[in-house]
Amino acid sequence: MFAYTIKRIGLTLLVALTVSFISFLTLHLSGDLAQAMAGADAKAADVERIRQQYGLDRPLLVQYASWAGKALSGDFGESFYFRKPVTELLADRFPVTIALALSAIVFALGLAIPLGVAAAARPNSWIDRLCLSVSVVGQALPSFWFSLMLIIFFGVTLRWLPVSGSGSWQHYVMPAIALGYYATPALMRLTRAGMLEALDSDYIRTARAKGLRTHSIIFKHALRNAAIPIVAVSAVQFGFMLSGSVVIETVFAIRGIGHFAWEAISRSDFPVVQAIVLILAFVYVGLNLIADLLIAALDPRLRMQGEGV
Amino acid sequence: MKDPVESNLQAVSTPRAIARRRLYQHKGFIIGAIGLAIVLGMALFAPLLAPYDPYEQVLTRRLIPPFWQEDGTWLFPLGTDHLGRDYLSRILYGARVSLAIGFVATIISAVIGGTLGMAAGYFGGRVDMVVSFMLSTRLSMPVVLVALSVVALVGGSLTVVISVLGCLLWDRFTVVLRAVTMRERLLDYVSAAKAIGCTDFRIIAREIFPNVFPAFVVIATLEMANAILLEAALSFLGLGVQPPLPSWGLMIAEAKEQMYFSPWIIAIPGCALFALVLSINLFGDGLRDVLSPEGRN
Repeated sequence: MFAYTIKRIGLTLLVALTVSFISFLTLHLSGDLAQAMAGADAKAADVERIRQQYGLDRPLLVQYASWAGKALSGDFGESFYFRKPVTELLADRFPVTIALALSAIVFALGLAIPLGVAAAARPNSWIDRLCLSVSVVGQALPSFWFSLMLIIFFGVTLRWLPVSGSGSWQHYVMPAIALGYYATPALMRLTRAGMLEALDSDYIRTARAKGLRTHSIIFKHALRNAAIPIVAVSAVQFGFMLSGSVVIETVFAIRGIGHFAWEAISRSDFPVVQAIVLILAFVYVGLNLIADLLIAALDPRLRMQGEGV
Repeated sequence: MKDPVESNLQAVSTPRAIARRRLYQHKGFIIGAIGLAIVLGMALFAPLLAPYDPYEQVLTRRLIPPFWQEDGTWLFPLGTDHLGRDYLSRILYGARVSLAIGFVATIISAVIGGTLGMAAGYFGGRVDMVVSFMLSTRLSMPVVLVALSVVALVGGSLTVVISVLGCLLWDRFTVVLRAVTMRERLLDYVSAAKAIGCTDFRIIAREIFPNVFPAFVVIATLEMANAILLEAALSFLGLGVQPPLPSWGLMIAEAKEQMYFSPWIIAIPGCALFALVLSINLFGDGLRDVLSPEGRN
């Protein structure tokens, strides 16, 4: 387990380093930074002064090292558009996205687990087929279009929910459904497969032989054993949701980092884009590491495989 | 007298015949294949089927509702958009954009992902480690954000969107082909090929590739659906293909202003997109059920 952990952490750090270099490069490929900071109609001498002041005349690797060092301490530079530190701009938008992704994952699990359990308890029944349809439809629905249809139905026709903004909890209902529905098929199939496997095992037969009630067998014995991969995959899905929120937040005009990233891209505010890409990548990598270690800690086969290499 | 061995051989169907029979009985596959054939037909024969020029703007006939609404007319079966362009013609031509992006982006990602995955699965060891590293790096980058940034930097055109998606969506090919190749590598026919002195390249290309091809096709269909959805999302956000090209995602974006008064204007391209992606997914699921080893009895 120790060797496996070390190996996974090593790989994670390497990936993090590479991603940070790639996102650093995107900023520099986006054009002349000194010109961008000075403005389009600045004098050549002013541009040159800014170039020296910000160290943009140094070799790329030196610039990367100094940028990465600052980024590690939470300093992502200044936004071209707002002329404010990026960290400050992101600080009040990040919690909004986290709240959205959390409510989305709660919605996804709330739909996926009961349906998956019901489907596994009665394979090939109508409820199993319903689950299959839900997941097939879910994978084919374009998320932005689904959001717009939700807006038309619940926001305009029924007038139950506000259509845009992020002022109250009601503002999060539709975005959470739109974002969470996307993760539901994967989680539901995982629940169903895990439950089918668990229900087929010897300890369930023992539990049945003891005369336990079906209810207690399913929830106390089987679901508990099927839960580990569900938790691990939820963590990874959560990472996906943070980046998937770009589309959903833009549709619902939610003031989170996804919408902010889209605005920043549209105005070529690349220090902001760079910081968001980097943060999302780090969160994803971190969640993946936790998920992998969690699965490995509970699955001896994988643990041994890691030691064998 | 007939040779008993030969008549026995005739009675046993070939694997291909069995697969074909199972496909014809697979309801999802049939529905998916029909849906896909319809969209393919729309795309191929768009110039013949479209009643109007999809780019022609006539401001006097703006926002005509489709035929099932009260003041709809059969002259414009699906109505017209805010610039007076015939919606049916734009939907027909839009099928071309979606399919072109789906096909070409999938081929690019299949080449990248397939090469990486098969190399990792076949050689193992250090190659496998490098590929795993590339895969982890790619997975950690938020696809939508990276695609949006690249399009913003380079400029949105059909070619750019196709290349970006092709270069981003290879991960699933790598994951699956690595696993499948690892299993094939241990089989006797690969050892036999090695024993008679085939080069590694020949073994991968001529021996293993035909055997992992079904996995390729299955991933390709699912990835194509993914590419089409992503293109629509990028175009919807204004950083995909650019107007006046009729992309279904872009049509939804352009119609967003009108959607509160006439919901059909976003419902029509959305349904087209949904139907296409659903068909491709059903088609791919059917293929997987029949072709993949897990799908056989």
